[in-house]
Amino acid sequence: MPDSEALAKSHPIRVLIAKPGLDGHDRGAKVVARALRDAGMEVIYAGLRQTPEEIVRAALEEDVDLIGLSILSGAHMALIPRVLTLLKKNKAASIPVFAGGIIPDEDARKLRAAGVRAIFGPGASLEQIVSTAQKLARSAA
Amino acid sequence: MKGARSLPPVARAIVGGDRRALARAITAIENGDPGAGPVLKALFSRARQVPIVGVAGPLGVGKSSLLNLLVGHLRGLGRTVAVIAVDPSSPFSGGSVLGDRIRFEGRADDPGVFFRSMASRGAAGGVAAATLEAARVLAAAGFDIILVETVGSGQVDVAIREIATTRVVVLVPHLGDEVQTLKAGLFEIADVFCVNKTDLPGADSAQRDLADLVAMFPAGSGWVPRIVGTSTTVPRGIAELWEAIQAHESFLDSSGTRRAGERHRLATEIVGLVRDRVGRELTHQLERDADLRRLLDRVVAREIDPRTAAERLRPTVRRQS
Repeated sequence: MPDSEALAKSHPIRVLIAKPGLDGHDRGAKVVARALRDAGMEVIYAGLRQTPEEIVRAALEEDVDLIGLSILSGAHMALIPRVLTLLKKNKAASIPVFAGGIIPDEDARKLRAAGVRAIFGPGASLEQIVSTAQKLARSAA
Repeated sequence: MKGARSLPPVARAIVGGDRRALARAITAIENGDPGAGPVLKALFSRARQVPIVGVAGPLGVGKSSLLNLLVGHLRGLGRTVAVIAVDPSSPFSGGSVLGDRIRFEGRADDPGVFFRSMASRGAAGGVAAATLEAARVLAAAGFDIILVETVGSGQVDVAIREIATTRVVVLVPHLGDEVQTLKAGLFEIADVFCVNKTDLPGADSAQRDLADLVAMFPAGSGWVPRIVGTSTTVPRGIAELWEAIQAHESFLDSSGTRRAGERHRLATEIVGLVRDRVGRELTHQLERDADLRRLLDRVVAREIDPRTAAERLRPTVRRQS
């Protein structure tokens, strides 16, 4: 339908990409940010060393459709659930959260159960991440 | 002024400090969502006329870092601040990486600051219109000062001219010789010149060149652009930058030019809104109306020329009640 296509074009998906915690490895987050941009999204790149409070505040102020968290420090079980809790507290649990980084399978299961909608490990392709992000943003709209 | 009770619920929420409602209203403005109309109409008379400070300059001169420090300075003075940071959209994918938030170090729990990134989205006049309307909603939400950061190039230049009450142009040493400063564009719109990165060598001569330029071409309004040196690494000159901005805001009041500027901005805004609507209507009609399609067919067949066809299209600027 051309109308919905025109609508999708005039309303770009807004996505927040942030790195919670203290590790300084942001190459992955940057590569993903660029791929999402090339897919036509508006990527708010919040960068390194963000607290869950800062991430949720940014998500609300920027009115994003989607949040992507990149974390390589191993602190994912502390930081990602905290983001989800804060979103809930701000009545924004409907904003889908996806995560990427070094996250062991067992933790990934727990995070999914806690509400993380998708988790990407080192083997994930950019196509996979982009198409999942598009699906998640559409499902939330 | 009407009481809060007569406002539509969304507008009332924004005035009442609901940041989520504020953020969503800005999205609706950006998307050209019809839902934004009633909110904007309701809030217009409530939006105080606060300083809208435009900060423009080439890529990499330190605009975001400077704004971060300026916000901190203003918070220290007890003023509330909203920031709109505009970054370009890709003309190819329509996507954008909005990275100005990286430099922003405001406290996560400070309700006196609001930061919003906006993509330019490339629509003609779109940046200016959406930014101006967003600034007005932010003023209605109670922010004392609105800072608008843009990449100083092309259309966005014009945008900053049409929305800001004070325009700050940020430069750095070694950007080029004084002939560069004679080129049209950024240099013509500055109320305040900010030479950033004064910790680098060459800052003195950059400031001197600017002073020469300013002395050579006095503006018609009677305002002489201030020149301020700053550094965000030391940091240095932030209070002076705010003083220069305030001096210009005071000048607007004492010289009576604020009213004229406001009148010009509003006229531009109204014309822009009508142009957008007529443009949309015409595009729509060209696609749907059989007569107009035939007219287009004749142009394509080279039977008539585009100007003649355009003259036959008579868009009606009528009252939409």
